[in-house]
Amino acid sequence: MKKPSWFNVVSLTVGFAFLYIPMIVLVIFSFNESKLVSVWGGFSTKWYGELMQNRAFLDAAWVTLKVGFISSTIATVLGTMAAFVLVRAGRFRGRTLFSGMIYAPLVMPEVITGLSLLLLFIAVGMDRGVSTIVLAHATFSMCYVSVVVSSRMATFDESLEEAALDLGCSPWDAFRSVTLPIIAPAVASGWLLAFTLSLDDLVIASFTAGPSATTLPIKIYSSVRLGVSPEINALSTIIIGLVTIGVLVASITSKRAIQKQKRGELLAEH
Amino acid sequence: MSLARRLLISVPYTWLLALFLVPFLIVLKISLSDYANSIPPYTPTLEVGEGWSGIKEFWSALDFENFVFLTEDALYIKAYWSSLKIAALATFFTLLIGFPFAYGIANAPQEWRPSLLMLIILPFWTSFLIRIYALIGIISNDGFLNQFLMWIGAISDPLVIMNTNLAVYIGIVYTYLPFMVLPIYATLEKLDSSLLEAAQDLGCTRISAFWSVTVHLSKPGVIAGCFLVFIPALGEFVIPSLLGGSRTLMIGKVLWEEFFSNRDWPLASAVAVILLLVLIIPIVLLQRNEQMQREQNK
Amino acid sequence: MNADAPFAPWEDETATPLIEFSNVTKRFGTFTAIDDIDLKIYPQEFFALLGPSGCGKTTLMRMLGGFETVTDGRITIDGTDMNGIPPNKRAVNMMFQSYALFPHLTVAQNLAFGLKRSDMPKSEIDGRVEEMLRLVQLQKFASRKPHQMSGGQRQRVALARALAKAPKLLLLDEPLGALDKKLRQETQFELMDIQEKTGTTFVIVTHDQEEAMTVASRIAVMDHGKLKQVDTPDRIYEAPSSVYVADFIGDVNIIEGQVTQLAEDTAELSWGEGKPAIRGMAGENLSISTSGAFAVRPEKVAIFTEEPMDRHNRVSGIVEDIAYLGNMSTYYVRLESGALIKSQIANNRRISRRSITWGDTVWLSWTDTAGIVLAS
Repeated sequence: MKKPSWFNVVSLTVGFAFLYIPMIVLVIFSFNESKLVSVWGGFSTKWYGELMQNRAFLDAAWVTLKVGFISSTIATVLGTMAAFVLVRAGRFRGRTLFSGMIYAPLVMPEVITGLSLLLLFIAVGMDRGVSTIVLAHATFSMCYVSVVVSSRMATFDESLEEAALDLGCSPWDAFRSVTLPIIAPAVASGWLLAFTLSLDDLVIASFTAGPSATTLPIKIYSSVRLGVSPEINALSTIIIGLVTIGVLVASITSKRAIQKQKRGELLAEH
Repeated sequence: MSLARRLLISVPYTWLLALFLVPFLIVLKISLSDYANSIPPYTPTLEVGEGWSGIKEFWSALDFENFVFLTEDALYIKAYWSSLKIAALATFFTLLIGFPFAYGIANAPQEWRPSLLMLIILPFWTSFLIRIYALIGIISNDGFLNQFLMWIGAISDPLVIMNTNLAVYIGIVYTYLPFMVLPIYATLEKLDSSLLEAAQDLGCTRISAFWSVTVHLSKPGVIAGCFLVFIPALGEFVIPSLLGGSRTLMIGKVLWEEFFSNRDWPLASAVAVILLLVLIIPIVLLQRNEQMQREQNK
Repeated sequence: MNADAPFAPWEDETATPLIEFSNVTKRFGTFTAIDDIDLKIYPQEFFALLGPSGCGKTTLMRMLGGFETVTDGRITIDGTDMNGIPPNKRAVNMMFQSYALFPHLTVAQNLAFGLKRSDMPKSEIDGRVEEMLRLVQLQKFASRKPHQMSGGQRQRVALARALAKAPKLLLLDEPLGALDKKLRQETQFELMDIQEKTGTTFVIVTHDQEEAMTVASRIAVMDHGKLKQVDTPDRIYEAPSSVYVADFIGDVNIIEGQVTQLAEDTAELSWGEGKPAIRGMAGENLSISTSGAFAVRPEKVAIFTEEPMDRHNRVSGIVEDIAYLGNMSTYYVRLESGALIKSQIANNRRISRRSITWGDTVWLSWTDTAGIVLAS
């Protein structure tokens, strides 16, 4: 094993410092007693307490979770179907348009997606609220889901499905008892991605949300425009904490799965 | 075609047609309409009730006036130009930081690499908005950076970074760094270390071997990374709106203001159409790069 | 049928075939994968479809499994027209080239997968799984997942799974292709053993001619969607019906010429100015004074340092190369006509035929029944 050179050590240190110092400072100052965000006034959790009292934030959080949950579930169903169409359906009329519509939203600026959906909702006379945000989020995240699932599908051995048919399954039974369990991890990570995208989205939600529904990012954005506040620090810390735990759990489970696979392969050699 | 297959295709197809293509056609149509002080704030509106003559009237009222206006008002040309400049420069800075970063990870001991990669991906899962907010805490006038520099005595007056273009650059580099690092890492990781040894064996110095082998072979990753940063940066709204100043001109921000503040929907739509046209070239280039990579991997 | 008679239902006019292809054609767009094929396969046969990749052998097999439809013609299995019957409704099972073992299920669950979808009572499934595990000697591995097994073990699970429902017909798509050479040879005999024990009709697709020769009761040699020859392994080797088949199976020397004499069993081919004609067995569809080709296997060509005057077929040439393979040596002899003829000699003595070396002029000879004259 060669020793890491000083150049590598420096570039890694600088890179990670750049990525993490802002977040660490943010987390530390969320426990600041003082209202002034730049002056340390002693350790306190009072901003968390205040956050819990803040109805507006709690309502926005609830809307955000609701939108995220519903939209990512719709996106997962539609995105998985779209992945099947991309990988399996072969040639059909309008295929080019279809794959174009799957890939375009991935590179489309959010302002355009948001604007166009808003104009649609106005044109058909739909009241803006939770339902319009859900439709908007489901549309762009289904494209991400279909990319994740179709890259898994591309390596899927189709003879597994044929074997299921051969052993007496109907096509639907084959999908349910063979295909779905095998692609399930990709479908799950597609759902997670869609959920995160939905929780994270500011621009599209701003366009498609009405006065009746405000999401957390919209709320954060409007208060950040007014400057740094310890309450937002506390809220951000909670979100960062949840995401970190989520990613850690996910990576540990996948690491376990890989180790199990390796042990299995070792077993196979005997 | 079996019923199941037809259903499988038509459900996502219809969804995308209704919620992606149709909205975009509406944008296109409104961009050809005129501003009107009414609800909705544009004219003409299609009156299907009036039959064929209504459609004809509607069609004849569409024109390219908004696009002509965009070329006449210097603000818009400047905004496009400055978006391109900011996105390109920020991409360059991201590459400058991202390449050594990716190289460092690729050359780290094998058992560290998964953890290092996870540390790169973790911020990507964290809210975009929160990361920008965290950055404000560092670079604002009374932020952590200024306090630290004044504390060690390097400066006496706080550096003004917030609300300048520099803050926008830092913001883009900070939030899009993972998009640059991951594709570069992917190409560097596949690099066979015996290639470097072969180059040195054939008479290269270490630096020229690095240049002619490592840098050359990581080009697809570099290109992919650059486009993955450049394309979203070009249409970025949140970063210039929160970090940039009133003089920071970026097209995403202009579109937003045209729509929400001035309520000029036709003009906002025209801005969107032009932004998309500007984006087509880098998108096509990105796709070609990816296709080439796929073919090479075969 | 007499119990001592060899198994050869294809020679029995009264035997009923299990599978019958009548004028079967399969086209993919403009490409014809199967071109008007007629074929009968009998119960308990071990039938091999052999040919280079793209010859249509896999398509032919997949049509039996129900994974491809027939463009034209008819396939019957046990007298029933199979047209429009989906794979899950056929008493046919398939062993896939990739084995297609369900990675999320254990070995026992894989074996039970088809049984659960049959009309077998639940109480009997466990017993049947146990029986299949015993058949392939994997009792200890019932609760393992496929990735916890070696390639050879996986191959046996795939075989057991395909046999679990006791199908009338088992299709095997390159079943041994993923195994290394030594394991492949052992497994060939295991396959034959299991086929005999279960009495199932096997149809195997392979591109490995040695494998087909070893396991099959009959072989169909295919090329460009057509059947070139359907026969027993020894007939295919000794009496190929065409140059293509002769060339495809084993090593062969081909000498082209003109058919000059034709008797019931023998034919003669003139192949060079002033050279005596070559005599051999007469192939099919031969007619006099047309062009033909003489095919003879290298191991049937003897090599002499002096002209063997007592033999009818003798040609002379110069030794160009000698390949020493341990158990045998192959001599590459260039004739005056320019043709290169191989002669394979078993090395039964420790040092033998040292006398022949590069550049020597030698005589090659074979008996009148060693080769065959084919229409070309």
